[in-house]
Amino acid sequence: MAETVVAPPLRVIPIIPELKPDAMKDVRSFVANEKIQTAIGFPGQLVDDWHDRAIGKMGELLEKYRSLKVYMDACVHCGACSDKCHYFIGTQDPKNMPVARQDLMRSVYRRYFTVAGKLFPKLVGARDLTRDVLDEWYTYFNQCSECRRCSVFCPYGIDTAEVTMAAREILDSVGYGQKYTNEIIGKVHSIGNNLGLPAPALIDTLQGLEEDVKEDTGVDVRFPIDVQGAEVLLITPSADFFAEPHIDSLIGYAKVFHAAGISWTLSSKASEAGNFGLFIGNYDQLRKIALRIREVALELGVKRIIVGECGHAWRVAYSFWNTLTGIGAGADDPFALQLQRQLDGRYRQPTHICEFTWDLIERGALRFDKSANDPYVVTFHDSCNVARGSRMGDLMGGQFEIPRNIIRAVANHFVEMADHTTREKTFCCGGGGGLLTDDLIDLRVKGALPRMEALQEVAQSHGVNFMATICAICKAQFSKVLPYYNFDRRVVGGVHQLVSNAILLGPTQ
Amino acid sequence: MAGTLMALLFYLAVLVFAGGLLYRIAGYARTPAPLKIPTTPAPTTRSGVVLRMAREVLLFESLFKANLWIWGFGILFHFGLALVLARHLRYFTEPVWGWVDLVQPFGIYAGFAMALGLAGLWARRLFVQRIRYISTPSDHLMLVLLLAIALSGLSMKFIDHPDVVAVKRFFEGWLQLSFQPFPDSALLVLHLSCVALLLLIFPFSKLLHAPGVFFSPTRNQVDNPREHRHLSSWAAARYEGEGPRG
Repeated sequence: MAETVVAPPLRVIPIIPELKPDAMKDVRSFVANEKIQTAIGFPGQLVDDWHDRAIGKMGELLEKYRSLKVYMDACVHCGACSDKCHYFIGTQDPKNMPVARQDLMRSVYRRYFTVAGKLFPKLVGARDLTRDVLDEWYTYFNQCSECRRCSVFCPYGIDTAEVTMAAREILDSVGYGQKYTNEIIGKVHSIGNNLGLPAPALIDTLQGLEEDVKEDTGVDVRFPIDVQGAEVLLITPSADFFAEPHIDSLIGYAKVFHAAGISWTLSSKASEAGNFGLFIGNYDQLRKIALRIREVALELGVKRIIVGECGHAWRVAYSFWNTLTGIGAGADDPFALQLQRQLDGRYRQPTHICEFTWDLIERGALRFDKSANDPYVVTFHDSCNVARGSRMGDLMGGQFEIPRNIIRAVANHFVEMADHTTREKTFCCGGGGGLLTDDLIDLRVKGALPRMEALQEVAQSHGVNFMATICAICKAQFSKVLPYYNFDRRVVGGVHQLVSNAILLGPTQ
Repeated sequence: MAGTLMALLFYLAVLVFAGGLLYRIAGYARTPAPLKIPTTPAPTTRSGVVLRMAREVLLFESLFKANLWIWGFGILFHFGLALVLARHLRYFTEPVWGWVDLVQPFGIYAGFAMALGLAGLWARRLFVQRIRYISTPSDHLMLVLLLAIALSGLSMKFIDHPDVVAVKRFFEGWLQLSFQPFPDSALLVLHLSCVALLLLIFPFSKLLHAPGVFFSPTRNQVDNPREHRHLSSWAAARYEGEGPRG
C-alpha cells in the first residue's frame, strides 16, 4: 500500500487548491466486523431497518445535543470554513470542506426534520437517506479528524467535530462502525489499554526502562505501577510504554517525578489515557472508559491525577472528566463528592504533565543543562485537541504558553512555525479522531500537507530539526508520514523528551 | 382592497415570524448541551463570554479571522440593514424618536451599503468555485429576495417616490388594527411583499443563524470545566442511582 501513496507536492505559494470532486470517494476505512461491533454493544452488521433506525437516532441526538440542533439550522453556506480543513487542502476533494461534510448530514436533516425540506427538497438541498447516502456518510465522516479547526473560523462556531461524532454515533447504532476505533474501544475494556498490552508485559517493560535509565544516567529512576497510597496517579497514553518516540517522554515524566521527589504510580488497570469514545461521539462509551480512572484513583487512594502527553485524552480529561466521573471540583452530588474528598483540592484536578513540570520549573525545583539539547533547533506543533478543546494553567491560552515555556527552559534554540499554522489555528497532524490506521494512509499523508509545508519553511529558514508535540497520535502519525515528505522520522518527539535530555538528576552541587 | 390585503398579509407574516422564531428559540433553549465544548482559548468567566459573544455578533470576529472578503461584504450588508431598519422606524412611531432622526441621513448610504454587500456575497457565490459548490438554489434565492427588497426600497427614494405620508398613515393604522388606504405604488407593493415573504420564511430557513449564534455551545460556554461540574439533565437522570464507582 505504501508504495502507491505519494505525498502531494508542497505548495510554493499556499493558494487555495482547485476542487477535485470525488478525489477521495474510494478511500474508505475498514468496516468493523460483527465481533468488534457486538463487543461494545452495537449491532454486528448493517440492520435491515437501518433507514428508520438512523432517522430515529438522528431525532434522538437532535433532542440531546444542543450543538447538533443549532448547527444543523444555523449554517448559511458562507464558505468561511471551506478552505480551512487540512484534509481538503491535502486532497482537494470538495466533500472534505467542513461545510460540505456537514451538508452530508444537513441535507438529510432538512428532508426529515424541516418543513422546507419536506415540501421543497430540491430547493433547499434536502435528500432522502438512501444506501448511497449512508455509504457516503461512512466514507467522509471517517475522513474528519474532529480537530475543530473549522469551528475557529465559523461565525456561528459550528463545529464539524460535533456533526462527525453524531454521524458516527448514528452509523454505529445501525451496525456500520469503523474497525480501527471500535476494535480499540473493545481492547480498552478487555485489556485496559488501546494497544492491548497486558499487565505482565507492561510491568516487564517498566522494569526494563528502570534498567535503561540507570545505565544512561547512573540514577535509580523508578517507574512504579499499582502502588497503593502514592501521591500521584499518572494516566498516560499506552503508546508511551513502548512506541518511539513516545517512550522518551515517559522517561522524561519519570525523571521529573524523581527530581521533584514526589511519589507516583501508573496503573495496570487504567493503563491508557486515550478515550476513543470521544471519536465515535458515544456518551456511554466516553463515560465508561473515563470511569476506569475514577475507579483506580479510589482504589489506590491517590491525591492527584496527572495526565501524560496525549491530545484528545487531555481534552477528555480537562473538559469532560468532571462531568463524567467527578474528577474536578464544584460538585455537590455524592458521586462526585466521594472522589473530591480524597483528591487534594490545592491542586488542579486533573493536571496536565506540562502544568506539573512548569509549576516545578517556576518554583526552581528542577535544574537543567540546556546544552544537552543543543543539537536541536526546536519548533512546537500545537495538537488540535489541546489547542482548541482544553486549557492549561489559569489563563486563557495557557495551553499554548506552558509547553513553549518548558521548551525554552530546557533548550536553547526555539523557533515558531508560521502564525496561521500554530496556536488556535494549528493544523491537525492528519491522523487524529480515529483515523490513525494503515487503511487510511493515503488520507493521512495528504492531510499532513499543511503542517509539512510549515515545517519545511522553518527547516529551510532556521534549520529546525526537531518538532516537539504533546500528543501520542501526533507522534505516531508524524513518525509515519514524515518520510513521505523527505524528513527523518525522528524529527518528531515529545516535550518531555527534551526535558529528559536536559534535566539534572544528581544532588545539587 | 389592496390596503386590506397588504394589512392581512403583514398580520400573517408577523405572526408566523414571531411565533416561528419563539418556537425555534424555545427548542434551542430546551435542548441541553451535555458536555463542555467551548472552542478554546475561551473566556473563563461569564462576563468574558458576554464580551466574546458581543464581538462575535457585532464585529463578526471569527469571520474576520476566516476571510476578509466575506467579512467585508457581510459587515456592509448587516450594518447597512441595521441602519435601514432604524430609519424605517419613523413609519411606525409618532412622534419620531430623536435617535431615529439622528440616523436618518445615514440611512440612504446604508441602503447602498446593504445592496453592495449583497451583490458582493452573491458574486462570491456565483464565481468562487468552492462557494458555488456548496450553494443550494435557496442560497441564491435568499440573496435575490434581499436584493429585491434593497433595490425596490432605493428605487422609491431615487426613482419613483410613493406618498410617504400615506405609507405612514397605513402602518400606524395597521398597528391599531385599523385598515387605512394603501398608497398607489407598484414598487411599494413589490417592496412590502418581499419583506412579508422574508418574514414568513425566516423561521424555516438558514436565517435562523441569527438566533442560533446565541445558542452555539462553542461560543457561549465558559471555560471552567475543572472548577464547576457541568451535568446535563438527561445524563444525570440516565446514571442516577449508580454506585460511587459508576
